[in-house]
Amino acid sequence: MIRALLKTLLTVAAVACAVSAGAWAKDNHLPYKKQHWEFEGVFGKYDKDALQRGFQVYETVCSNCHGVDHLYFRNLGQKGGPFYLPVCPEGVPESVKCSNPNQNPIVKAIAKNYKFKVTDGPDDTGDMFQRTPLPSDHIPGPYANEAQAKAANNGAYPPDLSLIIKAREDGPDYVYSLLTGFEPQPEIVNLTASQHYNPYFRGDMSQFLKDKYKTAEGKPLPSVEIPPGGVLAMPPPLTDGIVEYADPDTPQTVDQYAHDVVEFLSWASEPTMEERKELGFMTIAYLLILAAALYWSYRVVWSNVEH
Amino acid sequence: MQDDAMHHQSTYKPSTGFEKWMDRRLPIIRLAYDSFVDFPTPKNLNYWWTFGGILAVCLMIQIITGIVLAMHYTPQKDLAFDSLEYIMRDVHYGWLLRYVHANCASMFFFAVYIHMFRGLYYGSYKEPREMLWILGVVIYLLMMATAFMGYVLPWGQMSYWAAQVITNLFSAIPVVGESIRTWLIGGFSIDNPTLNRFFSLHYLLPFAIAGVVVLHIWALHIPGNNNPTGVEVKTKKDTVPFHPYYTVKDGFAIVVFLTLMAAFVFFAPNAMGHPDNYIPANPLSTPPEIVPEWYFLPFYAMLRAINFNFLFISSKLGGVIVLFSAIAVLFVLPWLDTSKVRSMRYRPAAQLWFVLFVADCILLGYLGQKPAEGVYVAMAQAATAYYFAFFLIILPLLGILEKPRPLPKSISESVLKPSTSETPIGAQGQAAE
Amino acid sequence: MSAMSDSHDGNMAGGEPTRRDFIHIFSVAMATVGSVGVLVPLVSQMNPDATVLALSTKEVDLSAIPVGQAVKVVWQGKPVFIRHRTKEEIAEAEAVPLSALKDPLARNANLPAKADAEDKNRRIKPEWLLVVGICTHLGCVPLGTAQGENRGDYDGWFCPCHGSQYDVSGRIRKGPAPENLFIPTYKFLTDTSIRIG
Repeated sequence: MIRALLKTLLTVAAVACAVSAGAWAKDNHLPYKKQHWEFEGVFGKYDKDALQRGFQVYETVCSNCHGVDHLYFRNLGQKGGPFYLPVCPEGVPESVKCSNPNQNPIVKAIAKNYKFKVTDGPDDTGDMFQRTPLPSDHIPGPYANEAQAKAANNGAYPPDLSLIIKAREDGPDYVYSLLTGFEPQPEIVNLTASQHYNPYFRGDMSQFLKDKYKTAEGKPLPSVEIPPGGVLAMPPPLTDGIVEYADPDTPQTVDQYAHDVVEFLSWASEPTMEERKELGFMTIAYLLILAAALYWSYRVVWSNVEH
Repeated sequence: MQDDAMHHQSTYKPSTGFEKWMDRRLPIIRLAYDSFVDFPTPKNLNYWWTFGGILAVCLMIQIITGIVLAMHYTPQKDLAFDSLEYIMRDVHYGWLLRYVHANCASMFFFAVYIHMFRGLYYGSYKEPREMLWILGVVIYLLMMATAFMGYVLPWGQMSYWAAQVITNLFSAIPVVGESIRTWLIGGFSIDNPTLNRFFSLHYLLPFAIAGVVVLHIWALHIPGNNNPTGVEVKTKKDTVPFHPYYTVKDGFAIVVFLTLMAAFVFFAPNAMGHPDNYIPANPLSTPPEIVPEWYFLPFYAMLRAINFNFLFISSKLGGVIVLFSAIAVLFVLPWLDTSKVRSMRYRPAAQLWFVLFVADCILLGYLGQKPAEGVYVAMAQAATAYYFAFFLIILPLLGILEKPRPLPKSISESVLKPSTSETPIGAQGQAAE
Repeated sequence: MSAMSDSHDGNMAGGEPTRRDFIHIFSVAMATVGSVGVLVPLVSQMNPDATVLALSTKEVDLSAIPVGQAVKVVWQGKPVFIRHRTKEEIAEAEAVPLSALKDPLARNANLPAKADAEDKNRRIKPEWLLVVGICTHLGCVPLGTAQGENRGDYDGWFCPCHGSQYDVSGRIRKGPAPENLFIPTYKFLTDTSIRIG
């Protein structure tokens, strides 16, 4: 009976999954481009070189409009971060402990030379003032607040990127697809200069149809196929060669930039992932041994009872 | 007191001087000994019976991680979201504590649903265990309230809109509904006062649950455990002492359960969450799809299934009535089931309806996350109808109409001579033991 | 797992009691180890978190402090006085005999606890004096850092709460305070920059 019950449950669950998978595909954007990410999966780790390049892409391009509010400069130098130094490179004075992210010379240099200043204060006269960031500061964003960000971007708010990967379904593939997926506007729609078509963005293109493709009531003509995706206020941010990588062997292409910045943003969303997986292996190994021991104990305890 | 095998004399013998002194002053060791060491327990309990212990562990995990998280969380609307990220990034093991708390909430409901279906299948709610069942439903209600308020605390988009939608249920109450909602959330929309009081109650309710759990166990120890045969314990030969027989068995099941939970916590910590809750709450923009946590989906589907006015009852009020009735009906279940036979193991017809009922609940859960339109609504209406029919029509009639299989004379007899016809029922539990 | 346990069970079926007990002892021991493991995160979470640790050291650029003046910086939530001493002040501090001091110990975290309170034990470079600005009496912040504030009778600091007076080496000379102003650990990173902590 119970076995039959379990079977029924499994079947229902399987059908539910299948149907919901189908429902996703019917969404109005193109299915995301499935990429291979080393950090996914049970054994996945972040690629340190990609993290460094990704930070460079963020700093050069994305940070012009988007902040990473939840990141501190010191995060860049912590264990698992892009610029972590287990031991100091040569030439650093002995009094510096590089594995401490607050003393990490790379992080200190990044903070000191960062393109935005930190607002601090009030000073002795009661005014706020701008100062050079320290490793212990949040990485400052381009705008003081949401209103200022909107005013500078035609009313659109460039979202904070420090959680973007976790805040979107299929985050890594989504951000990659969006960054590499900009297309010229389809023939049948009319867009303004500040509207940029992207088939991977969630939206409804039917409202941008040219008049000749609409009925008198403004509905799309039955013969018209509505293009997938939507429009963003963000123009295509990446172009080939826009960021200069130090390593000459790494291609300087939109595809590579998108990969690297997704790697960096994934780390920014979940900097404790590697620590989590390591502890996970230990915990599960322990629990399995304990389960085996308890099962054996259980068999021994019950061996003299008819039940 | 009944002259019953279950009401055994205490066999506790204090050995040390301290134990003797304690036994005279406050016999708490005797109480624990009689309840959890020497307690006579039917010897044929299968693995479905281990979920009681699993649930106790879940409650403990939630209370401990919750107290610790509250040391770092800030219940203020401008800081709550950031304080969660602070916990995830800067507090030592903060990510672990938070992921355990969030995932254990889901696992808690998973376990409680199995526990409830087990009670339903084996007739554990039937006389003389009505109070045990009712206290269980009270715990379930408190769990739902706690989980709902806990989900609001991260102050993400899903938190905010869940609070919005659920508190709006109260506004369906005629005449006083709006005032009740305003009182409940402390304003005209979900805002800082709501967050503050939800935090306070989210901290309080688990202790209320722990209190009712004590009553639940007390109510269990009056009649003693039910068992897969549903035949009451007749002699001492039918039982084994709780310790070590069931401590080790429950212990094993708890560790297996923890392993499953660890798999989620460490390798898929956000699988049971929603990405939108990593977006800070924005009162001016509702996410495109809002869905409750999975454990509320069946009720959510029932709520949305009522899309028609009925007599003077608006569809909104109707949905709320159906929602609350779905839980209320559980309270009267002990008096709805007319069967003389306790366990469905001996009720072939009831088994069929039971499987349908479980499938119906899963279907409702599935429909709860679908858009409320077209065929989904019709399916939800049919599934809701079956949910109530199962309790209000099928169980009362079945007890009169069905022809149960013969019952074993005692637990010991059922264990020694499993009749071939009942093998499929007990196969799971028996084989594992 | 099940198959493995079954085979063990087969061995155990007629086995001697000691071996049967072993598995129970092992199970309980394993469970105990796990419970202790669980305590690690629960205890550890109360330690100062990463935002606090990031502020546990402080780097200060000394080049902006003119000779004869002092600044107050905040380190670990406490005020630290950094004083750029004149030649005369250094000479004055060095001239004080140990016998004139109320507290004979240096109270310098960079030196052994037994070091005496001579001025040379109160500094790393003679012109820079660095002390935690908390009166050793009852925790007030002494005056004398900003220009124009009361420096007391010994050209150092004056505590407004109960009148303790410190000299130009931060040593207690008069009043109820029992000890010299405490000197935190600090290092010179360059000639004109230090890291406190």
